[in-house]
Amino acid sequence: MNKKSMRLWGLIRKESLQIIRDPSSIGIAFFLPVLLLLLFGYGVSLDAREVGIALVVEQPGPEASSLISGFRHSEYFTPRVMLSIQEAQRAMMEREVDGIIWLRADFARALRSGRSAPVAVILNGVDANKARLISGYVSGVWMQWLSRTSAEMGRSLDIPVEIEQRIWYNPAVRSRNYLVPGLIAVIMTLIGAMLTSMVVAREWERGTMEALLVTPVRIQEILIGKIVPYFILGMGGMLLSVIMAVFLFHVPLHGSLPALTVASALFMLTCIAMGLLISTAAGTQFVAGQVAIVVTFLPAFILSGFIFDIGSMPLPIQWVTHLVPATYFVAIVQTIFLAGDVWPIFFINCGWLVVMAAVFFLIIRKKSHKRLRTCS
Amino acid sequence: MLMMFRRIFSLMVKEFRTLLTDKKSRMVIIVPPVAQLIVFGYAASFELNHINYIIFNEDQGVESRQLLAGFAGSDVFTLYKVVDHDAEIRPIIDTAKALLALHVGSQFSEHLHRGEPATLQVIIDGRNSNTAMLALNYVRDIVLSFNQDWTSRHGSHGSPAVLMQRSWFNSTLDSHWFIIIGIVALLNLVVTLEVTALSVAREREAGTFDQLLVTPMTPFEILVGKSLPGLIIGMLEGTFIIALIVFWFQVPLRGSLPALYVGLFIFLLSAIGIGLMISSMSVTQQQGLMGAFLFLVPAVILSGFATPIENMPHFVQNLTYLNPMRYFLIIVRSVFLQGASFNLLWDQYWPMLVIGIVTLSMAGVLFRRRMY
Repeated sequence: MNKKSMRLWGLIRKESLQIIRDPSSIGIAFFLPVLLLLLFGYGVSLDAREVGIALVVEQPGPEASSLISGFRHSEYFTPRVMLSIQEAQRAMMEREVDGIIWLRADFARALRSGRSAPVAVILNGVDANKARLISGYVSGVWMQWLSRTSAEMGRSLDIPVEIEQRIWYNPAVRSRNYLVPGLIAVIMTLIGAMLTSMVVAREWERGTMEALLVTPVRIQEILIGKIVPYFILGMGGMLLSVIMAVFLFHVPLHGSLPALTVASALFMLTCIAMGLLISTAAGTQFVAGQVAIVVTFLPAFILSGFIFDIGSMPLPIQWVTHLVPATYFVAIVQTIFLAGDVWPIFFINCGWLVVMAAVFFLIIRKKSHKRLRTCS
Repeated sequence: MLMMFRRIFSLMVKEFRTLLTDKKSRMVIIVPPVAQLIVFGYAASFELNHINYIIFNEDQGVESRQLLAGFAGSDVFTLYKVVDHDAEIRPIIDTAKALLALHVGSQFSEHLHRGEPATLQVIIDGRNSNTAMLALNYVRDIVLSFNQDWTSRHGSHGSPAVLMQRSWFNSTLDSHWFIIIGIVALLNLVVTLEVTALSVAREREAGTFDQLLVTPMTPFEILVGKSLPGLIIGMLEGTFIIALIVFWFQVPLRGSLPALYVGLFIFLLSAIGIGLMISSMSVTQQQGLMGAFLFLVPAVILSGFATPIENMPHFVQNLTYLNPMRYFLIIVRSVFLQGASFNLLWDQYWPMLVIGIVTLSMAGVLFRRRMY
């Protein structure tokens, strides 16, 4: 072993010991992904089930009861029958129901007379996304009831054009299938940045950096010594997340493991670089911690395309999303998991990750110096 | 009594100095919330306004072109490409250049004229299932209006009953409002944690916390002195964010402003309590940061900010009762959109208050205990 690699090995060993002695790093790398994936995988879904809905029936009759039973049998609704619209309005204000279906007193008469009988549907628009999904479910139940009723009345229901839908990659439309891979990207951003955002600032603050400066180690060696152990730790967390996604949440993994590994390694490297950059630029742990809280989680959560569609954002905001490393990784993992190895997507996004990591490292290299800092 | 206020005041001044004297720290507290509100305000929406689609039309008739004209005339849909072969569809959808493909079979017009159901096949990228379902809803609307047009022109009888749909509180069903309002809670939580989660840990690490403990200050006074900066910064930034939402994003504020502020105040108290509790449990700032994230991430994800709480399993729903952000989100949303005032919000105030009192007292107790 020559001197250079001995120095490097020593630094890596020192950093690893530091990780092992403070259990919070290991907790972050392994406990956080498990906890979050469990909560998210089981807890979070955009598919509404058992929506509370008020059915206002002003005058009971066979037509009304057949519509009510239509809603009862749907897995999407738990209907509550009410007698007046005022009662339903109150329930809506108190958030007990998310929608009202209002059959007026003359509903049955209008239906039999052949005039198009109007039925009012009132949705709680506060959560517009949910309201729109509920509206889709209501139409589904409604169409079934309508064709049944028309058949009973001896009329055919004319539907000139029908839609035949084929949902590729996720035919069962499970939102979990895209939320879990996306969540892996968010969690890894946090882990990478959180693990490393304090490590350089800590050495300056405690004065151990000065001790390192008098040794013959080079600045690159200090940096590599910091990257390697955290990279290994982060990749361990990554592996754990992928195993959970596949075996616990049964997210199909259509792509190849080598592709996933390469992309994950690049992403991990970018996140660690981001953390080191925060640490180097901030100077004190206090500021580094504040910056890490602000720039990692929320951008990865909101701007990465993990939940919100990037294509629908205004153009300047779409440019901003390019500054978030998670954006590229979300695109890669969602595709590798659900669609397979789509090479154009893989190479473009990996390319961006390489560029980002390189830029981060260049800035770190420029900002790091083997000089004493002037105390402010 | 007077001495007590003076002591608290000087601790508060000192806390403000540590936060605001350092230029970098000052920047981090003031600039990101504003920048993030603007960026997230535009970014965070479930709305689709740009759906790329491809057309594969095997039909020769006028009718299919009329149907497809409905898509061309829509603001939401943008034609990416017209293809002539089945095989061309997959690469385009695979690489996510287009979200969906509309396939019209060769017998479409013939079926339509014979009164048989004609089929429009929609192939859609399901990688993001929410986007896929919303896009399908848009497709359904266009087909529905084509159908109504067709039945009225060809004299066949219409439907025996029709749905007349409207929505309350947000008549255009713009999910943008829902999310933007949620950002008040989100950014306030982040800022408060930023200010409090490291404040005790930092002093522990530097050893100055021990010095603070030997001064005449009681733990209660230290607690108040450490809480006030977070509270003041939170109230100011909260006001600023609310003003931006009303005047910049033009979201209507229908309910009572005092009710909103009472909510904000209690929410900040509970968030500060949690931040200080994390901080006094940690020995190093690194641990404080990790504690902050361990609370922040689940708190945001399980708050109902982006995904509804009702969709969660009961066990997780019960967990959300421990989350102050859950209550504050309901408060801001009902005050802004539903026009709520105090009488509808008591059920949201008191749990946050309980969380605040419990966590603040925990923090006060933990000041005394050395965790190492």
